[in-house]
Amino acid sequence: MTDRTDHISKKKFMEELERYRKGSISRRHFLRVTGLGAATAVLGSTMPGLRPRPAFAGDIGDRVVLATWPNYHDTANFDAFTEATGAHVQVNVFGSNEEMLAKLQAGATGWDVYVPTNYTFEDYVKEDLIEPLDVSRLPNYEPAAFDPRYAEAGSVNGKLYGVPKNWGSTGMAINTKHNNGKGISSWKEFFDITMDKFSGRTVVHDYQLTTIGSALNYYGYSFNSVDEKELADAEKLLIDVKPHLFAITSDYQPPMRNGDAWLTICWSGDGKQLNTDMPEIAYALGSDGGEIWSDYYAIPKSSERKDAAYALINFLINPEVNAKEVLAHGYPTADSRTFDLLPDALKNDPIIFPAQELLSPLEFGAAVTLTDPNRAELMARFKSA
Amino acid sequence: MKQNKRNWLLLAPAGTWFLVMLIIPLSVVLIFSFGERAPSGGVVLALSLEQYANLPARWTAFKNTMTLAPIGTLAALLIAYPLAYFLAVKVNPKWKTILLVLVIVPFWTSILIRSYAWIFLLGGRGLPALLDWIGIEGVRLINTPFAVLVGIVYGYLPLMVFPIFVSLDRLDKRLLEAASDLGASRWNAFLQITLPLSIPGIATGCMLVFILLMGEFLIPALLGGGKVFFVGNALVDLFLQSRNWAFGSAVAVTLVVVMLITVTIYMRLIARLGASRDDVAIM
Repeated sequence: MTDRTDHISKKKFMEELERYRKGSISRRHFLRVTGLGAATAVLGSTMPGLRPRPAFAGDIGDRVVLATWPNYHDTANFDAFTEATGAHVQVNVFGSNEEMLAKLQAGATGWDVYVPTNYTFEDYVKEDLIEPLDVSRLPNYEPAAFDPRYAEAGSVNGKLYGVPKNWGSTGMAINTKHNNGKGISSWKEFFDITMDKFSGRTVVHDYQLTTIGSALNYYGYSFNSVDEKELADAEKLLIDVKPHLFAITSDYQPPMRNGDAWLTICWSGDGKQLNTDMPEIAYALGSDGGEIWSDYYAIPKSSERKDAAYALINFLINPEVNAKEVLAHGYPTADSRTFDLLPDALKNDPIIFPAQELLSPLEFGAAVTLTDPNRAELMARFKSA
Repeated sequence: MKQNKRNWLLLAPAGTWFLVMLIIPLSVVLIFSFGERAPSGGVVLALSLEQYANLPARWTAFKNTMTLAPIGTLAALLIAYPLAYFLAVKVNPKWKTILLVLVIVPFWTSILIRSYAWIFLLGGRGLPALLDWIGIEGVRLINTPFAVLVGIVYGYLPLMVFPIFVSLDRLDKRLLEAASDLGASRWNAFLQITLPLSIPGIATGCMLVFILLMGEFLIPALLGGGKVFFVGNALVDLFLQSRNWAFGSAVAVTLVVVMLITVTIYMRLIARLGASRDDVAIM
C-alpha cells in the first residue's frame, strides 16, 4: 500500500468528483480512482497530526470567482492555478467601475477577487465594501518592487486594500487605412473626424469616466471636471456626436477587428493587442489629455471564499505568472521584478511603455467622478438620447 | 366549510408566490420612486415627486419602446400567421409534429447566444458584404433600429406561431365545406370564417409578444450597439451604472402604468373585433 505512486492530479480529482456527484460513476469507483479510499484506510490507522496535510481540493474550495475587465488575462494562467490548487477560476467581465460598484452595493455578488481602478478605493472603503488585505497571506507581494505612482491608491488611511495588477493609459485607436495612412493624436481630432469623414465608424466607451473625460478634453477642460458649465459643454458635444457613432460599448475589439469601426476610445492594452494583429491600427495618446490609471487586485468584504481569493491573488502576482499575463494583455506592469522578466522588445514597446512626455498631459481619475450625480446622469442621458 | 378550507390550501402556494415575488417587490419599487438618490448611489427614502418630474429625460427611451414594440409585434404576426396556417391547415398530419418541434428547436439555445450570432450576420462582413457583392453598396445594418427589429422578430416568432396554430388547429373544417357549398370563394371563406375564428390566437400571441417586448433590453443592447435604447436599457443603466435607484424606480413604475393602459386599450379593441375576454388565453 505504501509504495503506491500513481497519484491523481487536482484537476482530475475535481472531474471525478463532478462525475460522482452527477451519479455517472459509483462511490466505489470514485474512492478508488481518487485514492481517497486508500487514504481513509491509511489515515484511520495513524496519528492524523503527524501526517502532512492532504493536498487535495478541500484546501481552498473548488472555485474562486474573479470580477475583471475584457481581454485582461492569460487564460492559461487560470488553468495552471486550477491545476495547482483544484479551484476553478470563474470569470465575470465588466465594462465600468460604476457597474462593479453598483453590483457590490446591491449585495451578494459572489465575487472573491475583483479588479478596481485607482480612483474607486476611497469610496469602497467609505462604503465598507472592501476587505483590508493581510499581507502575510500574500507572500509574493513585495511593496518595494512596485513603482509607488501605480501602487499608492491601493492604500487608504495607511491600510492596504489593493495590490497593483498593472497600469495603463486611455487613448484612442484608429484604423489608419481609412485616413490615408495617418493617425490622430488629440481628442479634438477624435470628435471632429467622427462628425466628418468617420461618421458612423467611431466607438466610445459605455463608461462615464472615459467618455465624458474625452469630451471634456476636447474643450481643454480637465478629464475629471465636475464643473456644471464644463459638463454641459461636454454633454452638448456628446449629443451632437451621437448620431455619428457606430456604438457605445466598452467591448470595442470585435468591431475594430472586423472593420465595422475605424476609431475608438481605447485602453492601451487593447491598443497593443489590436496593433499586434493589425498593424494598420495605431494607438495614440491625446496631446490634449486623457487618463492614466492603475488597476488593483482586491477582495470584496462579501467574499465567502477568502482563502481562495488570497491564493488567486498571490498566484497572479508571482512575477513568473505576471510576466505571462503582461505578454497576453499588453498592459505595463508596475512591478520591477516582473518587468525584468519581460523580453526587450516589450520593454521598449512605445504602446506599452510610452515616452514620459506623452504621459504628462494625462490625469489619474479622481474619486469624485465615481459618485458625482451629475456625471452619472449625464452619461445616462447621453445614452438614452 | 371543508370545501372552503381546501380551496384556500390549494391557493396558498400561488398566493404566497404572488405576495413575495410580485406585491412586495412592486411596493418597494413604488416607495423607492418617491425617494432621492443617496450621495454615493442607491436611495434615501423621502416623499418627493422630483423623480417623476425628471421623466422627460427618458422620453426617447419610452418613444423607442412604444414604436418598436408594436412594430415588432405586427411584423412577427405577419410572418407567423402564414406559417401557423400552413402548419395547422395545409401540412400533411404525418409531418405536423416534427415541423412543430422544429419551431421550438431554437429555444434550446439561449437567446443571448442567438442574438449574438446576429451581430455577425448583420455586421460589415455578413449580409452587407453579400449585398455589396451583388451591387448594393454602403448598406449598414448592425446598430440600427432595423437590426433591433430583426432580432425581435427572430427571438419572439415562436411565441406568436403557437397560439395562432392552436386556434387554427381547432378550426372545424366542416364550416369551410359549408361555405364552399353556399358559393363562397376560398378567399371569402378565409376572411369570414378562418380569420375571425383565429382571432383568439392572434390576440393571445400579440399580447404575449407585446408585453415581453415592453421590458426587452437584451436585443437592443446587443444589436443596437447602445444606440437604440429601450426603457429596459434605461432601467439597467439607472440601477447598474448611475446607481440612481429612486429615478430607476420612477421609470419602472411609469413603465408598469403605461403597460397597463396599453393593455386595457388593446383588450377593448380585441373585444370589439369579436373575441370575448375569455378567449385571450393569458388574461
